[in-house]
Amino acid sequence: MEQLYNVTQSMISAIAMLCIIIISISVIMLMYRAIVGPTNPDRAVALDSIGINLMALAGLMAILLVTTQLNDVVLLIGILLFIGTIAIAKFLEKGVIIERDID
Amino acid sequence: MIKTNDLILRTTTTLIAFILFGFSVYLFFAGHNKPGGGFIGGLMTSAAIVLMYMAYGMESVAKIIPINFRVVIPIGLLIAVGTGVGSFIFGQPFLSQTFAYFQLPILGKTELATALLFDLGVYLTVIGVTMTIILTIAQDRKDETA
Repeated sequence: MEQLYNVTQSMISAIAMLCIIIISISVIMLMYRAIVGPTNPDRAVALDSIGINLMALAGLMAILLVTTQLNDVVLLIGILLFIGTIAIAKFLEKGVIIERDID
Repeated sequence: MIKTNDLILRTTTTLIAFILFGFSVYLFFAGHNKPGGGFIGGLMTSAAIVLMYMAYGMESVAKIIPINFRVVIPIGLLIAVGTGVGSFIFGQPFLSQTFAYFQLPILGKTELATALLFDLGVYLTVIGVTMTIILTIAQDRKDETA
């Protein structure tokens, strides 16, 4: 039983490290798309995906550090990302984020 | 040009803004033992207000929330300084804090700390600063023919 526990624990931490490395590569590639990206919608999608990867990183850190304190952080990143994406989308479509009056 | 239709955004905003307010209150009370506190709670509240501004426009929300956010900044700063000065009354050094456990009717045994009052000052200050910055930037196009 003790041996099984040790094997499982090392397996989980190894897989979490592997996932962190892969997500870091993904974030670097998305940074390229966000900076170079030919059009503005490309940049919007890239920034959104970077935020999703950040949420995944926070979740993986919670697994590695064996804590529940980071769950609020995941939720917080999600909410701020949602509002940021809405702002970018509205800017791309209307050219203004907060309108003076809506008719 | 076809007029853009943001019915989905407006409908979801009516629901999500209240969830955001609730989450900001949760973050505010989770502070100083867990991730959270006055700063991030204030940011969350201003995010909810900004979402309402984005969905419904400047004039409608100014009618719903008739608060001049520039007044909120000195109120928050006064509360924060007041909790620091208030420790002089009990003969303690500046900004010393204490906490106690109380038996509240619904919540049961609750920890109440004087750091929460300081957090309230930070909360109000963050709301005031953030909303002032965002609304000032948004009103920048007044003189042009937008």
